Amino acid sequence: MIIAERKPLNEIIEMVKDAKRILVLGCRGCVTVCSAGGEREVEILASCIRLGKMKAGEPCEVIEATLVRQCDKEYVDAIDQWDGQYDAIVSMACGVGVNFIANLRPCDKVYPAVNTTAFGGSAEQGVWSEQCAGCGNCVLHLTGGLCPVARCAKSLMNGPCGGSVNGRCEIHKDVPCIWQSIYDRLERTGKGADMNRIAPIRDWSTAGHGGPRKTVRNDLTV
Amino acid sequence: MAFVPNIQAFCCHYTAQQSCAEGQGGLPADGFPANVTINRLACGGKLEVTMLLKAFENGADGVYMVGCPTDKCHNLMGSQRAAKRVAAVKKALAELGVEPERAAMFHLERGLHPEFVQAAQQMQETITALGPSPFKGGAQ
Repeated sequence: MIIAERKPLNEIIEMVKDAKRILVLGCRGCVTVCSAGGEREVEILASCIRLGKMKAGEPCEVIEATLVRQCDKEYVDAIDQWDGQYDAIVSMACGVGVNFIANLRPCDKVYPAVNTTAFGGSAEQGVWSEQCAGCGNCVLHLTGGLCPVARCAKSLMNGPCGGSVNGRCEIHKDVPCIWQSIYDRLERTGKGADMNRIAPIRDWSTAGHGGPRKTVRNDLTV
Repeated sequence: MAFVPNIQAFCCHYTAQQSCAEGQGGLPADGFPANVTINRLACGGKLEVTMLLKAFENGADGVYMVGCPTDKCHNLMGSQRAAKRVAAVKKALAELGVEPERAAMFHLERGLHPEFVQAAQQMQETITALGPSPFKGGAQ
């Protein structure tokens, strides 16, 4: 899922300082799962915005709502029901949701309430860790299922580097050296010889270096 | 006119038993401030961040939660969860430029104990010293 975390409150309140009617819009997708922008977080942020405005002596109306997703036109179109009732939208979805609202509602002011941080998973309750970089050219079949692009500090294709000490990365002792983990895992599964393969020079154009990426499925388009 | 703070106390059912046992007249007789309103919860774990924030929206000058000792919660994790939610509210208050001391967490033994009254008196003292909530009446 996409991991996000809420921006500092004063940053959000500054964005909407001129708005008197605000639509705080959550998303029931990834940001609900990582507790950054679901229904509960919408309720909290709406309350904080009202309090911030009360403190500034500028009471405002805040509409609280959560869409099924903010990355699909059919759900973003549901914003029509609040037409004329808000001056600004504060989206608690990931950056995709904010972009979709901006794409589909050219005259609306839309602001991000969260920082979109990574593609990851729930390592334990309340902890999410990056697992995938969305680089568009997956090598997990060569690396025992562990991603060196997302999980190696240098995104090396031929690690480990000299900074790997006792299975830990030199950037922090809490960060495992993913190349050590890859090596151990390949050994365990009888694929240790794969480590001797020479990795070809990687084509990073699929990782966004060739401009915004687009996926087209002709079997699904109408 | 002297400032009388509006204080909202959120209490775990188990730690707030004193209020039931002593009846309506009992707590004030023990020195429990009349301006502290008790909101009883089934467990500290039922406390939501928004309950405390909305209390401020509705005019509270200070809020606090009374829950069981962290290792003696009847429902195991309730008072620990409550403490984390109070901490989240304190952080939000600080981000909004308001004294975090306006929200507090107390871990008290269950049953009839003078500490239940003392917690209310302590909040009364703290909030009276801080003055009215900055959320009232516009820019300070």
